[in-house]
Amino acid sequence: MNGLRKAYGGKVVLDSVDLTIREGEVFALLGPNGAGKTTIVRILSTLIPPDAGTAGVMGHDLLAEAGAVRAVIGVTGQFSAVDNLLTGEENMLLIGRLLHLPAAERRARTARLLERFELGEAARQTPATYSGGMKRRLDIAMTLMGRPRLIFLDEPTTGLDPRSRQTMWQQIRDLVAEGVTILLTTQYLEEADQLADRIALLDRGRIVAEGTPEELKRRIPGAHIRLRFADLASLDAAARALGASMDDGEELELRVPYEGGVRSLREVLARLGDDIPVEDLSVQTPDLDDVFFALTGNPSKE
Amino acid sequence: MTAVNALTIAAHDSATMLGRELKHTLRLFRLLFIGAILVPVVMLLLFDYILGGAIGHGLGDTAQGMPYVDFLVPGILMMTVAAGSAATAINVSTDMTGGIVDRFRTMAVSRGALLAGHVGGSVLRALVTTTVVTGVALLVGFRPKASARDWLGVIGIVAAFSFALAWLSAALGMVAKSAAGANGATLPIQFLLPFLSSTFVPASTMPAGVRWFAEHQPFTPVVESLRALLAGAPIGNTAYLALAWCAVIALAGYLWAQAAFRRAAR
Ligand SMILES: Nc1ncnc2c1ncn2[C@@H]1O[C@H](COP(=O)(O)OP(=O)(O)OP(=O)(O)O)[C@@H](O)[C@H]1O
Ligand SMILES: [Mg+2]
Repeated sequence: MNGLRKAYGGKVVLDSVDLTIREGEVFALLGPNGAGKTTIVRILSTLIPPDAGTAGVMGHDLLAEAGAVRAVIGVTGQFSAVDNLLTGEENMLLIGRLLHLPAAERRARTARLLERFELGEAARQTPATYSGGMKRRLDIAMTLMGRPRLIFLDEPTTGLDPRSRQTMWQQIRDLVAEGVTILLTTQYLEEADQLADRIALLDRGRIVAEGTPEELKRRIPGAHIRLRFADLASLDAAARALGASMDDGEELELRVPYEGGVRSLREVLARLGDDIPVEDLSVQTPDLDDVFFALTGNPSKE
Repeated sequence: MTAVNALTIAAHDSATMLGRELKHTLRLFRLLFIGAILVPVVMLLLFDYILGGAIGHGLGDTAQGMPYVDFLVPGILMMTVAAGSAATAINVSTDMTGGIVDRFRTMAVSRGALLAGHVGGSVLRALVTTTVVTGVALLVGFRPKASARDWLGVIGIVAAFSFALAWLSAALGMVAKSAAGANGATLPIQFLLPFLSSTFVPASTMPAGVRWFAEHQPFTPVVESLRALLAGAPIGNTAYLALAWCAVIALAGYLWAQAAFRRAAR
């Protein structure tokens, strides 16, 4: 996609977004509330037109060949898109009919997908009786009915408990193993780190960083050891011993670069000696939270 | 894709959506049917038993020389069709404000199939509810003198009128912010327009301003056509006028609904 723009009543929601997603990869769009993730998904899935810019999906122009695009994509939006008056099974069969699948295939795929997403027992109940996780899984099962080659998953695990999240992650990995391309959006840094081959950080309608999780991690200050002291005197002494600069702020803390391994940790402790009391020590490896903070100057969470 | 091919697919998708709408109707049976049958039946009993004596007496010969119940029932049938607007608007609104419509729109489903399903379902519901209400009317003394051809005419008018109101209600459901709002928006169709027509009393008995409105609004020729057909009386041009109104309402509702559907995609 090239130079995608979208504004609602003068408020710019997407500002020249350029992205390339390679076939077969999991691409994560990571951003806080209101960053524009859903807007990108809605544009790429032909729901809304961009104000400017172009995009191709699997070789089809988004605007000129919307029909061809729809034939290769599967969309699981941020909010449940199931028919609440039909049972899980009827929902699946409805989608199968709309995809013009032959009756036998429709039934077979419905049974297989419901089984795969652990909905076999609930197949004859309406989603009104489902838990949030079950609804989400039905949503994804419906999306898979048409064997899409590119799948959009807009915040697939928001609102799920840790166990359901793990299950969902595994199911997403299974999809990847089948060779589909996935565009995933998430507010969870850990999720992007876990699942994505490449990540784009979106902040207020702009891509602020893009790369593999490792590349992004490299772009911020490296790992460090964090030391906390009981009083100012020990802090001063430790700072002299280590030749480290003191952190701003009121905390009695020091950050020392950490090269990794037990040896470098032991070295730091040796230089502190036995006389300087350390109240607390932790080794911090950068996670995407740090990336976000380093690149946007904002904490990722509101 | 050839034109014939596209048409086959559109018909197939519309049939799928119609099947979905019929399933919904069965699931919401009490809500949809009871509302659309109970209200007209209550109106029938109220006007026939409680008010009918006074009205019938007061009307005398202006009730076109028929017993009041025979004058009333065609109007009640028209109201039965009008009462169906609520279900259509509510169902369309529920779809549009829920997530499912986005799923349909990201699939290669032929455009218009969803609304076609709603409108088709609405017409079928109207045929069922008017049949039930006709049955009740027969029980309370309604004595139609219609020939077999007249009955076909009645079915035709009911179908055309429900088709027209279905498109209008679909548009109202499309622009409503919620299902409750959609229901509210159909209240004028359900009650105001029937009362301001010759449903309960001939327009000629009304005060001048209201009378002009009643004589020229679309519901009156619909009632008059049903009344003439059911009485086995000569019908004149009224049926054409009724059908012309139905065509105008259907077209306006169709265009409005389509425009609203497109506007939803921005
Ligand atoms: N239809 C609309 N009309 C007006 N503003 C809109 C509309 N849709 C989105 N916006 C605005 O666009 C911005 C981006 O919204 P979007 O839904 O894309 O964010 P998001 O990254 O998906 O956020 P979240 O994590 O909350 O889902 C928000 O500020 C939102 O208020
Ligand atoms: Mg969103």
